[in-house]
Amino acid sequence: MIEFQQVSKRYDDDHLALKQVNFSLGRGELAFLTGHSGAGKSTLLKLIMLMERPSAGNVVVGGQVLNTLPRRQIPYVRRHIGVVFQNHQLLFDRTVFDNVAMPLEVMGVPARDIGRRVRAALDKVGLLSKEKMSPVQLSGGEQQRVGIARAVVNKPPVLLADEPTGNLDPELSADIMHLFEQFSQVGVTVLIASHDIALIHDLGRRTLTLDHGRLSAGGPPPGLGGDHGH
Amino acid sequence: MVACRPAVHRLGWGGIMATDTRRSRGADHPRSAARDAAESYLSHHRKVARDSARRLWRTPLASLMTWMVMGVALALPVGLLLLLDSLQGLSAGWESSARITAYLEQSLSVEQARQLRLEIGARGDTADVDLIDRDSALAEFRASSGLADALDYLDENPLPHTLLVTPLETNRNASGVERLARELEALPGIARIQVDLGWLQRLNGMTELLGRAIWVLSLLLGGAVVLVIGNTIRLAIENRRDEILVAKLVGGTDSFVRRPFLYTGVWFGLGGGVVAWLLLQVSLWWLSGPIERLAGLYHSDFVLSGLSVDGALALLVGAAVLGWLGAWVAVKRHLDAIEPGVPAGS
Repeated sequence: MIEFQQVSKRYDDDHLALKQVNFSLGRGELAFLTGHSGAGKSTLLKLIMLMERPSAGNVVVGGQVLNTLPRRQIPYVRRHIGVVFQNHQLLFDRTVFDNVAMPLEVMGVPARDIGRRVRAALDKVGLLSKEKMSPVQLSGGEQQRVGIARAVVNKPPVLLADEPTGNLDPELSADIMHLFEQFSQVGVTVLIASHDIALIHDLGRRTLTLDHGRLSAGGPPPGLGGDHGH
Repeated sequence: MVACRPAVHRLGWGGIMATDTRRSRGADHPRSAARDAAESYLSHHRKVARDSARRLWRTPLASLMTWMVMGVALALPVGLLLLLDSLQGLSAGWESSARITAYLEQSLSVEQARQLRLEIGARGDTADVDLIDRDSALAEFRASSGLADALDYLDENPLPHTLLVTPLETNRNASGVERLARELEALPGIARIQVDLGWLQRLNGMTELLGRAIWVLSLLLGGAVVLVIGNTIRLAIENRRDEILVAKLVGGTDSFVRRPFLYTGVWFGLGGGVVAWLLLQVSLWWLSGPIERLAGLYHSDFVLSGLSVDGALALLVGAAVLGWLGAWVAVKRHLDAIEPGVPAGS
């Protein structure tokens, strides 16, 4: 579902953020992306979300090579990638419901379906009773779950999470990870950037480790060979 | 599942998901998809239009200021255009009284003069021809000038026969009258033609100049309106930066992201149009009394006419278009520059 082929990313200031990264994630696979601060985790996620383009190599998502995708096609690819941010990027000028409804509105889903699907997503994260509240009234963990509901409301085949448990206590973090596991069980490919080593260890999932832009562990499978870039 | 699925197309993703367990939530049925899409497109437009109107309403003072600025900038040229229109109507009214005086050769007899009168009356472009023969002209002159005694010294009547030609109604404008006068002058038996078109031409010249000045002014003020709206929309874009970023992140197209701002521009424009209309009505009402008195002093039926229903509609539509244009300029310059950049995190 997500495949990196010899991907390098060099920023304008000549900083080499990613060096020949190779890996492949299958459908329904859940993997962690870890590494020290500045190792290139964010860059890697941005390449998948088309917020950046690779300097070399191919990024393939859902069988589509993203490198050459014209700019006006970007929104349509993003609709298939749910993203959860550390600071959740919720809009405080509208209700929880309206926040979660955004991806559906963007896609032009009929109004009568929006209500049903938003409530289904809120139900999934256990916040159905708070749909009319403003995100300001919610706790940090709840806000993060609203962000997750928004990321999955349109049932994307790919879910990315950037430090989703960054500000949460261990118990809440475990809850959130459990949610991600559930999504992967129904076929969603989940990639979670995190430096919460203890949590990652507990879950015992595949872990992609970045070290100064190189992938030092968690390499290519499934299926494809290639150099690990040690 | 194999990771690399070259056959899986972007559009095919829905298909993958359709097989998952969450299908039981009751996903999309293939019922007339096109109609659904059109419906949701329209309902989204309605929603965005309503939302952007509500936003303006939430900051009434700031919105009112923008509306006032637009109203003044629109009312000025439209008011001048109305004045111009009234002046043109006025000169058209005066033109309708335009008559050509044709003095005949001294040698012509009364019979010949009558013949000429019939000839001119038979032309297609005259409405009426009157003959004033020299004897009645002299009698009238004698009566009106007070020179009766002096005239007695003359051996013969110095006055010629005179024809008063009224052009056909369709020709009662400066160019029509002038053409008729030229053609009459060329007729045998006519010594001299007199048309007092000078003042008419001067009035026409002035209204033409005024007209052009108004158009220049309209263009400048229209440009100002576009800039004012553009700047207001630029601020709105800055204020809603987060929302724009999130919309783009969840797959909002450029046109989706632009839509609320374009509607905001249209609302600003429409509001400005309404203010302009109000300003015009109030000004006209305030001016109508003095204008009536002044026109009365000149024995004129001049009225400064207000906006017709069509005119008011055109003003509103024009204002909305200007607002939209201003929003478009701002959106083009500022919105496309906002791209999801650095998300928080490592």
